[in-house]
Amino acid sequence: MASTLATAPRTSSSKRQTATLPLVAPSVVVLLLWMIVPLLMTLWFSVQRFNLLNPENSGFAGLSNYVSLLSSAALWVSIFNTLVLVGAVLVITIGLGTLLAVLFNEEFWGRSVARLLAIAPFFVMPTVSALIWKNMLMHPVNGLFAYITRGLGLGAIDWFADYPMLAIILIVSWEWLPFALLILLTAIQSLDDEQVEAARMDGAKSVAIFRYITLPHLSRAIAVLAMIETIFFLTIFAEIFVTTSGGPGLATTNLAYFIYLRALFEFDVGGASAAGLIAVVLANIVAIFLMRLVARNLDV
Amino acid sequence: MATKPKLYRRLITTGLGWLAAAILFFPIFWMFLTSFKTEAEAVALPPKLFFQPTLDNYITIQDRSDYLLFAMNSILISVGSTLLALALAVPAAYAMAFFPTKRTKGTLLWMLSTKMLPPVGVLVPIYLLFRNFNLLDTRIGLILIYTLINLPIVVWMIYTFFKDVPKDILEAGRMDGASTQQEVFQVLMPLALPGIASTGLLAIILSWNEAFWSLNLTTSGAAPLTTFIASFSSPQGLFWAKLSAASSLAIAPILIFGWLSQRQLVRGLTFGAVK
Repeated sequence: MASTLATAPRTSSSKRQTATLPLVAPSVVVLLLWMIVPLLMTLWFSVQRFNLLNPENSGFAGLSNYVSLLSSAALWVSIFNTLVLVGAVLVITIGLGTLLAVLFNEEFWGRSVARLLAIAPFFVMPTVSALIWKNMLMHPVNGLFAYITRGLGLGAIDWFADYPMLAIILIVSWEWLPFALLILLTAIQSLDDEQVEAARMDGAKSVAIFRYITLPHLSRAIAVLAMIETIFFLTIFAEIFVTTSGGPGLATTNLAYFIYLRALFEFDVGGASAAGLIAVVLANIVAIFLMRLVARNLDV
Repeated sequence: MATKPKLYRRLITTGLGWLAAAILFFPIFWMFLTSFKTEAEAVALPPKLFFQPTLDNYITIQDRSDYLLFAMNSILISVGSTLLALALAVPAAYAMAFFPTKRTKGTLLWMLSTKMLPPVGVLVPIYLLFRNFNLLDTRIGLILIYTLINLPIVVWMIYTFFKDVPKDILEAGRMDGASTQQEVFQVLMPLALPGIASTGLLAIILSWNEAFWSLNLTTSGAAPLTTFIASFSSPQGLFWAKLSAASSLAIAPILIFGWLSQRQLVRGLTFGAVK
């Protein structure tokens, strides 16, 4: 601060800083409130005995909510399900997304129309996607998949009874594959054409070009994509809400759905809050790495 | 000589590209087709590709479940929250883009980091706050939430658009004696308007499709289309044709907006980390 008096430009910039504060302040203040207040409340509730059905039994609970949560099998099942769901959809969307991005980077007839059709699923609201798949495609009697597999003599698969998690994985992958395609296609398009051309001149095969030029070029975009997707996938909710309601049993209960059940079905505010903080910690582990990559690319 | 392998290559990529597009788009196409069937045709086996199309479903969903109320809720909530976010974000982005300070980078990064808070982490307090302030099942409640959810992305995108405005043009205006107000409204805004518009479009898309808060905080009166469509998940009876009609209407405008704003989507949702 002392140095601001030393040089003229500094002084003028600090004058402007005070002048622009009213412009920035509203956004900062509302985001600060949005971030701090609910989080502090979650933290507070998580150490309280607080059940909306049983208001008399309240008071400081210490870490008992955490202890009972961590010792309940349901929490570990839901964390395991969360990791399976996140991991599987990441592998599918990034794997297929990379292949599709390479494909859609090639010139072909009607490419721009084909691309529009391919990215469409990302713009469908999650409740619609889940219900189309659940009913018209995966229904064990009238669904299209059942019709096809019966036609092939394989019999009908009752997706949501026999392979509920796989069904959810397929639905979420369908929604997010276009997103992966869009991001990776954008990244591929920034690849230097001359480099590829030069490699081809030197006799490199397509596979080698993909392995040694395209893939390394994409690695950063893939990292960013994986982290953004992880943050969204950690709290997948609507797809489970309208298809399986977390069942059968706990088969498709992820952490988000577990917290929802605790909070709005059992009205266990304390337990749900403790689980909420676990979700925050999980997301933050990923977010730290993502923010580092974003910061490196941010030129102010 | 070189043209023949090129032609083969092009035929193959055309075939593969269209195959991928067809598979990905098929569920949407099938839903759209089903929306013109009768309920009996919708569940018929083998599935009917050719049938006498009917608009009955579109009429029924309005008559029986007041579709327009939910559509209106979706419009008011997504447009309302977008306008509110823009009103907060444009001044902030302007200050940060043209008068950066030591803290600007930190502020921007911090704003983006608020996007990474998982909503379930704050479901309980938000639900209780909404209950205490009578915001449950109100449009204004969802407008507030969506404004806050989208604000970081909106600030970030408008910031990048402002950064792209050539400084010389603003300088020239200032030399000609333009006041700050004139500079902003007559020089900067016309240049940045396309960027602001596409940012708004993205914010509308994100609010329109948001389904965590809408499912948890609304039930009927203020329920947007995401919540309305979820009500079709009840196991009583199969109303596939009506579900399809309601869904087709619900996604049609956003599909068009989405196609228009692909580039901004990449920019906005990766916070500029993928270019």
